[in-house]
Amino acid sequence: MEKTKELQKIESQFETFQILNEDGEVVNKKAMPKLSDEQLKELMKRMVYTRIWDQRAISLNRQGRLGFYAPVAGQEASMIGTQFALEKQDWILPGYRDIPQIVFHGVPLEQAFLWSRGHLAGGQMPEGVNVMMPQIIIGAQITQTAGVAMGLKRKNKDAVAITYTGDGGASQGDFYEGMNFAGAYNVPAIFVVQNNRFAISVPVEKQSAAKTIAQKAVAAGIHGVQVDGMDILAVLAMTEEARKRALEGNGPTLIETLTYRYGPHTMAGDDPTRYRTSDLDDEWEKKDPLVRFRKFLEGKNLWSEEEENEVVEQAKEDIKEAIKKADAAPKQKVTDLIDLMFEDQPHNLVEQMEDYKAKESK
Amino acid sequence: MAQMTMIQAITDALRVELKNNEDVLVFGEDVGQNGGVFRATEGLQKEFGEERVFDTPLAESGIGGLAVGLGVTGFRPVMEIQFFGFVFEVFDAIAAQMARMRYRSGGVYSSPVTIRSPFGGGVKTPELHADSLEGLMAQTPGVKVVIPSTPYDAKGLLISAIRDNDPVVYLEHMKLYRSFRGEVPEGEYTIPLGKADIKREGKDISIITYGAMVHSSLKAAEELAKEGIEAEVIDLMTISPLDMETIIASVEKTNRAIVVQEAQKQAGIAANVVAEINDRAILSLEAPVLRVTSPDTVYPFASAEDVWLPSYKDIVEKAKQVIEF
Repeated sequence: MEKTKELQKIESQFETFQILNEDGEVVNKKAMPKLSDEQLKELMKRMVYTRIWDQRAISLNRQGRLGFYAPVAGQEASMIGTQFALEKQDWILPGYRDIPQIVFHGVPLEQAFLWSRGHLAGGQMPEGVNVMMPQIIIGAQITQTAGVAMGLKRKNKDAVAITYTGDGGASQGDFYEGMNFAGAYNVPAIFVVQNNRFAISVPVEKQSAAKTIAQKAVAAGIHGVQVDGMDILAVLAMTEEARKRALEGNGPTLIETLTYRYGPHTMAGDDPTRYRTSDLDDEWEKKDPLVRFRKFLEGKNLWSEEEENEVVEQAKEDIKEAIKKADAAPKQKVTDLIDLMFEDQPHNLVEQMEDYKAKESK
Repeated sequence: MAQMTMIQAITDALRVELKNNEDVLVFGEDVGQNGGVFRATEGLQKEFGEERVFDTPLAESGIGGLAVGLGVTGFRPVMEIQFFGFVFEVFDAIAAQMARMRYRSGGVYSSPVTIRSPFGGGVKTPELHADSLEGLMAQTPGVKVVIPSTPYDAKGLLISAIRDNDPVVYLEHMKLYRSFRGEVPEGEYTIPLGKADIKREGKDISIITYGAMVHSSLKAAEELAKEGIEAEVIDLMTISPLDMETIIASVEKTNRAIVVQEAQKQAGIAANVVAEINDRAILSLEAPVLRVTSPDTVYPFASAEDVWLPSYKDIVEKAKQVIEF
């Protein structure tokens, strides 16, 4: 396809925003988010923690002890960076891969594991933790985000709603509908697309003729930005800016983070060697968010091997504990399910409740 | 008491609940300034302001998602799908999202959403505007499905639907919007969801039906009465869940029944009613329970509607078949 000059001009405006290059050097000093040394270290801790958690989760899954799991390694900067920009009162509407964000927003680790196992306690968000259950239908969370953001604005909550999807999700009609509604009503929403280059197996080049996903914001009349998704400082800075913009009444933002998932789509039999080359894997691993940020922190004398080991040990310990707690969760019963269909049970479920109570007491 | 059409009763119910609860929000395509394509929301934006009664962009899935999000942040959304033939665009939001909200969140969140929509046939719409898709909704666990047949019922049921803390699909038969007036009390009153209403008492046969077919069935009952057959007409009003108590009590009295629906025959509400009667009252029956439905085709273009839709004559004929069995 030969694109018109007009179109090329529009598409060329969506340049990748970066603060740290692959060598951990600051290339955009004036955009640096204002963070204390402790906060900078916290970002690193969370990324290391998430990497270890991911490795353990994969291993637990292979042992048949976890259930559904969508690996996150490679996407830590996109996930941790966006969540770090939020305040407690903000709402997260995650997709099924976005478990680190909701855990750092207050969902206990054992609950995340219960969600993986398909236990109803997995969706029972604790009081004051403004998180929706991880969405399975690609795009459904995006239209809901417009609604949550409208609700927050109407209740004067000084909070935003942030949602996540991937490059594949950006092809859904709901992706446009959600952004368009949020823009039309000027509600405080942030739409994050973690463009990890593959929707299961389909490469992003086959998803759309658009050069960037960020430019899709233009159609909805909202701000759009493409960020180096392996650069946690860039991701954080753009999310902070989006949050501020939203709360000042200047509209929603679409943030496209360029990233890569090192692992398979999920642990349910996906084999990335069918659709990706190891050259491409190598190319992206050179951009690794942890390596890059570690170099940056080491340059400031803020990170040591000991500190890293401490986080690794802490993560392993927490996961062990969380799995123990998840194992202790009560077994699922059909009567629990029946009980949760309606506030007041209609007669057909009352009858079926009796049947299952009898069955379960045998 | 005021005499109102069904559409006026619906507007009145919305007004009552907008006044009653500031978390009630009414939205959809053209519901604001225009008052809805059928004028169901006539004057409401003017009375309650653009914050409470508002137009949406033209996207049904977006409307559904908006309702889900508003529901979990403390609002009571009353969303309109302009014609129920467009429900496919928003099916995920209703069946996969709202209907499962309570379970998926382990009871933390709910979807107190009312989904209002005109449906049914016989008013010569363009294609895909008329249909009887209520069976799709009734087969969806987690939603209630309500279909009024009179102005009085329409108001009381809609107020109940809005107050319900679970999603309720509230379907308004287009043919009934302005076809007659009925007495409607002022102010608030509710009719419980999940309860049927006996619209005509009789001892010889039960005609179980809902929506516009209630009126065809009442006309059929009049015809049957001329021949000495006293038919009892039961208006289901809520098709999910079914009021089996009322149905069974009637069947045990009359020992004969037919089920009438405007929708196609296969896997419909009527089939479900027949199965429930078989489960619970087969020994009371003197004859098989038969169905009056439209055929298992897609909904026809406007000029074929009249010959496609079940008529009161079909009901009379089927009732006699059961009586003479």
